[in-house]
Amino acid sequence: MELDRYRDRERVRELTQDIARLCPSATVNIMEVCGTHTTAIARYGLRGLMPDGLRLISGPGCPVCVTPTSIINAAQMLSEVPGTVISTFGDMMRVPGTDKTLEERRADGADVRVLYSVYDLLRMAEEEPEKNFIFISVGFETTTPSIALSVLETAQRGLRNVCFLAANRLVIPALEALCASKEISIDGFLCPGHVSVIIGSDAYKPVARQFHIPCVVGGFEPVDMLQAIYHLIMQIREGEARVENAYTRAVKGEGNSKALEVTQAVFEPVDAEWRGIGTIPLSGLKLRQEYAHLDALERFDVKLRSIPEPRGCRCGDVLKGLLIPPECPLFGSHCNPASPVGPCMVSSEGSCAAYYKYEGTGHA
Amino acid sequence: MHREKVLLTHGSGGRRTRDLIEKVIVKIFDNPVLQRLEDSSVIQEARDSGGALVMTTDSYVVSPLFFPGGDIGKLSICGTVNDLATAAARPLALSVGLIIEEGFPLAELEKVLQSMKHTADRVPVSLITGDTKVVERGRADGVYISTTGVGVVPEGVELSPGHIEPGDLILINGPLGNHEASILCARKDFSLDVEIVSDCAPLAELMRLVIEAVPEARCARDPTRGGIASVLTEMVEHSGLGITIDEEQIPVEEQVQGVCDILGMDPLMMANEGKMVVVVPGDSAEACLAAMRSAPAGKESRVIGKVHSGKPRLTLRTLYGTTRMITMPMGNQLPRIC
Repeated sequence: MELDRYRDRERVRELTQDIARLCPSATVNIMEVCGTHTTAIARYGLRGLMPDGLRLISGPGCPVCVTPTSIINAAQMLSEVPGTVISTFGDMMRVPGTDKTLEERRADGADVRVLYSVYDLLRMAEEEPEKNFIFISVGFETTTPSIALSVLETAQRGLRNVCFLAANRLVIPALEALCASKEISIDGFLCPGHVSVIIGSDAYKPVARQFHIPCVVGGFEPVDMLQAIYHLIMQIREGEARVENAYTRAVKGEGNSKALEVTQAVFEPVDAEWRGIGTIPLSGLKLRQEYAHLDALERFDVKLRSIPEPRGCRCGDVLKGLLIPPECPLFGSHCNPASPVGPCMVSSEGSCAAYYKYEGTGHA
Repeated sequence: MHREKVLLTHGSGGRRTRDLIEKVIVKIFDNPVLQRLEDSSVIQEARDSGGALVMTTDSYVVSPLFFPGGDIGKLSICGTVNDLATAAARPLALSVGLIIEEGFPLAELEKVLQSMKHTADRVPVSLITGDTKVVERGRADGVYISTTGVGVVPEGVELSPGHIEPGDLILINGPLGNHEASILCARKDFSLDVEIVSDCAPLAELMRLVIEAVPEARCARDPTRGGIASVLTEMVEHSGLGITIDEEQIPVEEQVQGVCDILGMDPLMMANEGKMVVVVPGDSAEACLAAMRSAPAGKESRVIGKVHSGKPRLTLRTLYGTTRMITMPMGNQLPRIC
């Protein structure tokens, strides 16, 4: 199998040894930005292979986790409009709003549907013309192009019963905000493979240059991730801050121009709220003026109201890498996957869920 | 006949119900006890069985009804027989409850019933009593089946996770995750263009051979929903002991692993319908393996882990020599896989 090369035990052993040998003795903080990396690191037990002093910390790279309560609340409010169908991806169902989750709303009688692909949205809308379909659109640059395509398709087919509650987010502004905040010292970014397929590895150049932080794009198999960490360590040793691509089988410097074009044609950047982090300039996406009629907030005249985090929830600090999940006082006790308080415990790619699943509660 | 459909009147209790039962159901299951059409049936074998009787029940709502390697009928026999097998019980009799949706094609119902009959014969076990209801169109999805099984446990045998001791070994009879992966692919929700065959199989014979060879076996569990992660976590909780399994020893077919990789799923948490986790004392493991491998559903049996007196946790030794915890799965995203 093709993937076997990237799971090769001998190669993992060599890379682990190289990393241990070359890692500077001072504490090194490497942030993996992507939720898929967080989960893969925990699943393969890679933290156990890192030398003392090398910390892998998780960043704000899970789209469900960073979706603010205001969006969940707005979706729930819209679900009460008669004839409305709220549709979204699976993990969003269990994110707590102020009162309830969408899953609980569904049990109360709201029509809430889980989609595997955004294309199912248009099919359902055509099959049930008497219903109004609202799609909660979350995701980073990887997911956004397919949503942009379905926005175009909705406009082309003239479907009047479809609209979008856009909460898509952009990775680069978040990295810049993290670097600028100075709350945490990050020595290197393990950059997300999937997002980079779209935006290209060159997109990290301003971050590397402006904040003097090495950025290495990595894939999701053990060898991919260790190779990226190895490149980061080499740069940190040498005091360099370049962008490197350790996932060349999927990622190009310039990214996927078609996907970027369609995104740009449909969406424009706006200041956006990230759960637990606050508003980051130009880090979100809004439908452009010509598609404003497909914007759920416009169509139903809904204003997003920023809501404080639940008491004691430290998801914001976890998303910023200030706290590892077991350090949160709610972790494993008040907040667990069966009844999550914050979104990092909800999403399968959330750092708290990954810690809980693969490293235990720390209380056992 | 093949164009006929089940109608509400088939469930009315009148003539048409009688016709459905006699001309379709009893005809297929074809055994003297059922033919008497009495309100309850005597399990003659229980009179002089000598051991304790066990009873189990399960309901089947799988979608789609037919999938590679099985169908709801086969599943409804295997699932219940395998629940009996976890207690090392020899199945004596099954009951079957059918809830059929109005409009369900009679030919498909017959196919499901034939499959039940065929699987029950393989065990072997008889279906000796049953019930049929028909509900309005849209109030069920084709057919739902519920089966109850009665079995007898050989004298002196008592399997329980409470008997597990440090040094015991954990055995499994073949690769993991096939049933759930098969349903996932058959459902077409994910446009995965692969066909994976469910492992759906009855395990009464396998467990009979295990108990014959290793009467001192500690316990057995069938890792259905929640996979082996779920049953092994339960064993940890019951026994207060630690269990470590070895990723290198855990068999997963390449296609199943591929589906898991694409969908971000873990084969350890995927449902099986023809697997048995067996725990035996360390020095009985060889004898147990030989017994399991002599059964039709046990050719690929192997040792996958060990019980220890360390922290009461389920841990996995990864391919890379690291260890990580395995926690009880939170519940499946996908309803109706069995």
